[in-house]
Amino acid sequence: MKKFIITLLLSVAGLSVANANTGGIAWDKFPVEKAADVTALQNGARTFVNYCLNCHNAAFMRYNRLRDIGLTEDQIKKNLMFATDKVGDVMKVTLDPKNAKDWLGAVPPDLTLITRSRSAAGQGTGADYVYTFLRTFYRDETKATGWNNLAFPNIGMPHILWEWQGQRSAKFVEEADPHDQTKKVHRFAGFEQITPGTKSEAEFDQAVGDLVAYLNWMAEPAQGTRTRLGVWVLLFLAVFTFIAWRLNAAFWKDIK
Amino acid sequence: MATFKEAPANANAAEKLLTWVDNRFPATKLYNEHLADYYAPKNFNFWYFFGSLALLVLVIQIVTGIFLVMHYKPDAALAFASVEYIMRDVPWGWLVRYMHSTGASAFFVVVYLHMFRGMIYGSYRKPRELVWIFGCAIFLCLMAEAFMGYLLPWGQMSYWGAQVIVNLFSAIPFIGPDLSLLIRGDYVVSDATLNRFFSFHVIAVPLVLLGLVVAHVIALHEVGSNNPDGVEIKSKMNAAGKPLDGIPFHPYYTVHDVLGVSVFLLIFSAIIFFAPELGGYFLEYNNFIPADSLKTPLHIAPVWYFTPYYSILRAITAEMMYVLIGFVVLGAALAVFKVKMGALLKLVVVAVAAAVVAMMLSIDAKFWGVVGMGGAVVILFVLPWLDNSLAKSIRYRPDWHKYVFALFVINFLMLGYLGTQPVSPTGERLSQVGTVIYFGFFLLMPWWSRLGEFKPVPDRVTFAAH
Repeated sequence: MKKFIITLLLSVAGLSVANANTGGIAWDKFPVEKAADVTALQNGARTFVNYCLNCHNAAFMRYNRLRDIGLTEDQIKKNLMFATDKVGDVMKVTLDPKNAKDWLGAVPPDLTLITRSRSAAGQGTGADYVYTFLRTFYRDETKATGWNNLAFPNIGMPHILWEWQGQRSAKFVEEADPHDQTKKVHRFAGFEQITPGTKSEAEFDQAVGDLVAYLNWMAEPAQGTRTRLGVWVLLFLAVFTFIAWRLNAAFWKDIK
Repeated sequence: MATFKEAPANANAAEKLLTWVDNRFPATKLYNEHLADYYAPKNFNFWYFFGSLALLVLVIQIVTGIFLVMHYKPDAALAFASVEYIMRDVPWGWLVRYMHSTGASAFFVVVYLHMFRGMIYGSYRKPRELVWIFGCAIFLCLMAEAFMGYLLPWGQMSYWGAQVIVNLFSAIPFIGPDLSLLIRGDYVVSDATLNRFFSFHVIAVPLVLLGLVVAHVIALHEVGSNNPDGVEIKSKMNAAGKPLDGIPFHPYYTVHDVLGVSVFLLIFSAIIFFAPELGGYFLEYNNFIPADSLKTPLHIAPVWYFTPYYSILRAITAEMMYVLIGFVVLGAALAVFKVKMGALLKLVVVAVAAAVVAMMLSIDAKFWGVVGMGGAVVILFVLPWLDNSLAKSIRYRPDWHKYVFALFVINFLMLGYLGTQPVSPTGERLSQVGTVIYFGFFLLMPWWSRLGEFKPVPDRVTFAAH
């Protein structure tokens, strides 16, 4: 917790200019070793269908594609499909967009590509963003949902994983603006746990990390194939380049 | 008609077939004229890879494009999802799509380097003016092709990029509003726009592009390639009537280009397989969000290859117009007082300058921004007549000419960088200076390209055996 706050504080101080365009805090690093970890991906998929897929669509993602992360069609049907019984269907929820707008103020965005679209030069990958976002909810009674977020200030979405993390409030300190002495800035100064969660800090970070790993995989299911194949393609081309180089030299040695 | 040839009695089947074909179609003749008996200077260097690479990328774009069209839906309601369908459900669709998206950027990398080669070695000069002009037309087509192709994925950047650029046409006096309506087919970028851009992207522009590529190569093979020394190899022939410094394109340059192709494919594949977005430069992050006509992104930037021109467009503000008017007045004054011409002609110059200034004062700066952006490309067409240097190749031009070219390149890269960034006061000033340098480089070329001490140009090409 302490380390987390220190990192946060340091990054807020250091990168306040870089993230001026979204208005949120600097992003934590998503633990990338989870990105290709099958256990993490499966665990993330379970969290995704249980918690996210109630309001958000993943309209470009088919259930049966989950076989790519080591699940059988049977497992997918039994444990992960709630809204449909066709395993070739895309992940769509039954939430009516109009109701969503009335209840939440906005239609929840489709999550298929969220980690790709949220990347930002100088700030980090979209996975970094979502990893930060899901871990920085805090209680804010001035908001309709009672929740606010550091990475996405004034968001309409409540803290879905609050039971895991528990309720927290955020402390802010008033400080003189380093760029303009006449102004004050609101600076984040750490969270305060109000009620404990069912998971410890470390367990919660693990669970969110798994979920983000899944989202990251779902944004481009071919990414594993892509990099695996890429190694072979580059190896082939390296050999081919060597041959082309020697062939060229053999032809050109006669040109004086 | 050529006389009918007979294959020798003992010829094998392949020879007989070739003779049969040659009597009806100039197969052997074409092969000799363009490959086996096409003599190219033997001193080509690194810069000479990019012509054949441009041809390779063109083929990649056409072949991958054919397969993408089989699955893509040019419909505002389906387009974004069909691209994701290609990325997920079409076997190897992700590879084909990444080849096409990376190929678009690779095309511009290769073509920019190819054009730069022409500039430093004077490849556009007599007798290669038409080779250059066809090349510029190809570049223009390529820009149209890329711009319209970028709308097709129907992401946020596709949509808003097209919206911004098509709106520019409405700044043209009198016809502007109707013209932009004609381009869009609607009052905003919509399904109608997507359909017509699709049609242009997959058939109209590629047809023109292919025709121009053929013209470019035929014109080149008619006059023969230039080389890093800027020496005409055809002026020194051997007894057999072949250039002394020339070698047959095939096999020497085909085998050479295979090496170039393999190195290019190494880099190209590294991007496709390990960084297809290339940090948001080849595939912009915002374009993974479906187009939404109600949500304008905070920062709209074209893809990197358009950004130098986009910078020029943004640089021409109402304030900048006064600077430009100053240049017009200065140019007219110099022409009247420094150039020898008749009184009537002087009067014409003054009248034209006055008319231009009047237009510059009365028409919105946005229009002049469009003129600047278009002019930055169009000015390339007249380059052969702007360059007055005594030597074709940079090798024999005064050393400081190299610095002028270096400044031009750095300036072009700076404009490119600024075009990717949101508007800022410093950025605006820098892009204004950059715009003046860009046009200054070309418009003052008739003057500066003559100055300085030129080095003696050798009779024969310089070549160190491998």
